Amino acid sequence: MADILKRNKALSVNPLKASQPIGGSLATLGFNRAMPMLHGSQGCTAFAKVFFVRHFREPIPLQSTAMDQGSSVMGADENVVEGIKTIASKSRPALITILTTGLAETQGADVHRNVREFREANPEFADVAVVAVNTPDFTGSVETGFAATLTEIIRALVPDAKEAGTYPGKRTTAWMQEVEQRREQLPERQVNVLINYMLTPGDIEALRDIFEQFQLRPVFVPDISDSLDGCLTDDDFSPVTIGGTLVSEMATLGDALATVVIGPSLNKAAELLEQKTGVPTYALDHLYGLKANDALISALAEISGNDVPERIERQRSQLQDAMLDTHFMLGQLRIAIAADADLLNAFVDQVQEMGAEVVAAVTSCNVPLLARIPVATVKIGDLEDMELIGKANKVQLVIGNSHAVDTAERLGTPILRAGFPLYDIIGGYQKTWIGYRGSRQTLFDLANLVINYSHEEIPVYRSIYGQKPASEITDYPLSCH
Amino acid sequence: MWVKLMKTTKDIAALLDEPACEHNKKEKSGCAKPKPGASAGGCAFDGAQIALLPIADVAHIVHGPIACAGSSWDNRGTRSSGADLYRIGMTTDLTEQDIVMGRSEKRLFHAIKQAIDTYHPPAVFIYNTCVPALVGDDINAICKSAQERWGVPVVPIDSAGFYGTKNLGNRIAGDAMVNHVIGTRDPDPLPLAVQRTDITIHDVNLIGEYNIAGEFWHVLPLFDELGLRILCTLSGDARFREVQTMHKAEVNMMVCSKAMVNVARKLQQQYGTPWFEGSYYGITDTSQSLRDFAKVLKDPDLTERTEALILREETRIRKELEPWKERLKGKRVLLFTGGVKSWSVISALQDLGMVVVATGTKKSTEEDKARIRELMGEDTVMIDDGSPRELLRIVHDYKADILIAGGRNMYTALKAKVPFLDINQEREFGYEGYQGMLEPARWR
Repeated sequence: MADILKRNKALSVNPLKASQPIGGSLATLGFNRAMPMLHGSQGCTAFAKVFFVRHFREPIPLQSTAMDQGSSVMGADENVVEGIKTIASKSRPALITILTTGLAETQGADVHRNVREFREANPEFADVAVVAVNTPDFTGSVETGFAATLTEIIRALVPDAKEAGTYPGKRTTAWMQEVEQRREQLPERQVNVLINYMLTPGDIEALRDIFEQFQLRPVFVPDISDSLDGCLTDDDFSPVTIGGTLVSEMATLGDALATVVIGPSLNKAAELLEQKTGVPTYALDHLYGLKANDALISALAEISGNDVPERIERQRSQLQDAMLDTHFMLGQLRIAIAADADLLNAFVDQVQEMGAEVVAAVTSCNVPLLARIPVATVKIGDLEDMELIGKANKVQLVIGNSHAVDTAERLGTPILRAGFPLYDIIGGYQKTWIGYRGSRQTLFDLANLVINYSHEEIPVYRSIYGQKPASEITDYPLSCH
Repeated sequence: MWVKLMKTTKDIAALLDEPACEHNKKEKSGCAKPKPGASAGGCAFDGAQIALLPIADVAHIVHGPIACAGSSWDNRGTRSSGADLYRIGMTTDLTEQDIVMGRSEKRLFHAIKQAIDTYHPPAVFIYNTCVPALVGDDINAICKSAQERWGVPVVPIDSAGFYGTKNLGNRIAGDAMVNHVIGTRDPDPLPLAVQRTDITIHDVNLIGEYNIAGEFWHVLPLFDELGLRILCTLSGDARFREVQTMHKAEVNMMVCSKAMVNVARKLQQQYGTPWFEGSYYGITDTSQSLRDFAKVLKDPDLTERTEALILREETRIRKELEPWKERLKGKRVLLFTGGVKSWSVISALQDLGMVVVATGTKKSTEEDKARIRELMGEDTVMIDDGSPRELLRIVHDYKADILIAGGRNMYTALKAKVPFLDINQEREFGYEGYQGMLEPARWR
């Protein structure tokens, strides 16, 4: 539906885009005992690390193949193999991902061959999964890098159903038999959930709660709610992730009842998983707003065979009530959104559901989803583009990451902070946006921003014949709006 | 015609061979080669950008694909008193097409025009990164022709990440300033309003002062009072037109860091400007640095006025610190920070009556280490291995009450429930000068 306006200037000003290696690292960080390693110069890793530390306020495991002048020119195969070996022997992680950068790809690296060579030469590390992914930063964005990495992890770690002897629903059957024997309560029933880059640790926790209300056991792939949720542990220090999807659990995805996929960016990963396992896929674009969550709840009712729990019914009607309360502020509100495609699409749906107008939709790179986002145009560009389009269209509110705060200030509008990175607020990484409850909170937040930022009050007028005390004229000077 | 594209190994060796740096005296010069899979730290681009980004009115364009600028723009605690163009992130954001089809030079040329047309900066800095360096973009030639075409200085900073460490990047940045900017303009005449007949006003520079969180503004009023005009701080709260005039200073002070020592050395070579090293962390060091200015300038009147100012300020701040010293006295600190900061901060902590039980010396020079021994005694624990696990071990073994280190180690400390104070360049609190001492003191 949307016209896609491509990049038409040489210089990117106030970039919106975060790189593919950032996305690949984030996907990896959602696995337990994992370590991403960027194949590039040291700075690639240092910058990515600072990026994550500022967003999550957590220590972030991230390594580098540390390419230098010599290896950049003469070849860096040694760096990859040596890097994997060093990490494997030092901290014995369950998963290492090798993510290429623009430098490695330009040089002509073949990380897949490097991994094969490492495997052949080092059988003693057979228990360490190593997955190589092409994630150069001269193409794509955090969204595509995340999706590509998840796809490769599935390709490497999920066995084909035939080989593994998995079949959809097996876990349920096995549980049932066990339960029969033990005469316990209802069995747990596994559902795989592929999670895109836009879900926060808070979102995933909320989603787990929703699944459990349908007596389903979600296996989130990946699961940053278990690794980047800001939880204090008894251990002082861990060189690898301290939570996340268990690598061993990847082998059992084929036994699940269904796979729920969140985000169009994961279509390819979902196809591959279904192809490998035969587990049926339920694809959802996002979980923002009433319609999107209705789709989730219907899917879960269908998968579980359960009725919708009363608590969820109630949360739905609470959202409806919030929609009524906030439509005064949000109806016809002119909004500018700058975000990667999946997130942009989610916000467009949610604010349009409230009757707001998206007057500037800016995203970082071209993906198939853009064409079906229900706005007139989507601009592939940067925050300067959002500023210019927003200004031309008299924008009233901005949705974007922390970098967009200055943009909003120049536009004279409030901003709802969302996306990556959020470094100027505490706890942004933990905010819950999804579900009926998260959606309700978003509406409240948006409405409050509008109320508190109101510049459109009627100016005070004092009659020349008025009898108010003379002192008021000096004590209460007229404000100049 | 032979065109010089990427820096050669020889160029890099020349930058690493810094006669004014004590590391040179050891067998292996510069820093050790990073180990794949076990490395931490930035790259040459990181270092170059850190060194120059505080020049507030310049358009800083990062020439490369998105990761270099995308993860790093607007990511520094440095403050400007006016111009804020440095906070606008600019990058050529190279695409696969640009790289495969050889269009990145053309994109850079147009990008420079776009920056000039939109923001009218007094100068444009181009930071070269890994990918264009590898494919052989001739950024020197592009900058030269852009400068001729648009009439605005365009400065190439050839800082591909794979050239080496952050430290090397600092030097590349310093080199670019010496070769392309310093000496291109003479300082403004002193405005009538601030001319004085009773004292001589001296022109000086500070090199390696970044005005983190505006901390130098604690110190700057003292310079005004003493009649020291700072032509330029490289690079905290600096403007392009200030950098241009650095060659006219009577003395240069290297602040807290050897990173851009090549600038001080080259200014001495080319213009005969003497330089000294000092710090504004802590009472003792702040006073010493002010004294050193007077000493190098050989102005007895300035010496006298400096001593009076030191006496007044030290008396004032010691009184204000009194209540905090009570609480801090005897507290044990593990200090883990690089280079010069390791000794400059020690004296600041000792001013507060705290005990430094161990200090990091990974990036320190032999001279730094000698000064640490001087301050802390011969059997000081010096830590070279900065791994989080090792740091925590030392915190426990030496019963440290607090870890003072760079932001990278902050969450390591907090997760292990160890009190922490951030000392690096991303921090949001200023510690410099007499007044700045109050800030870390309050933190306990």
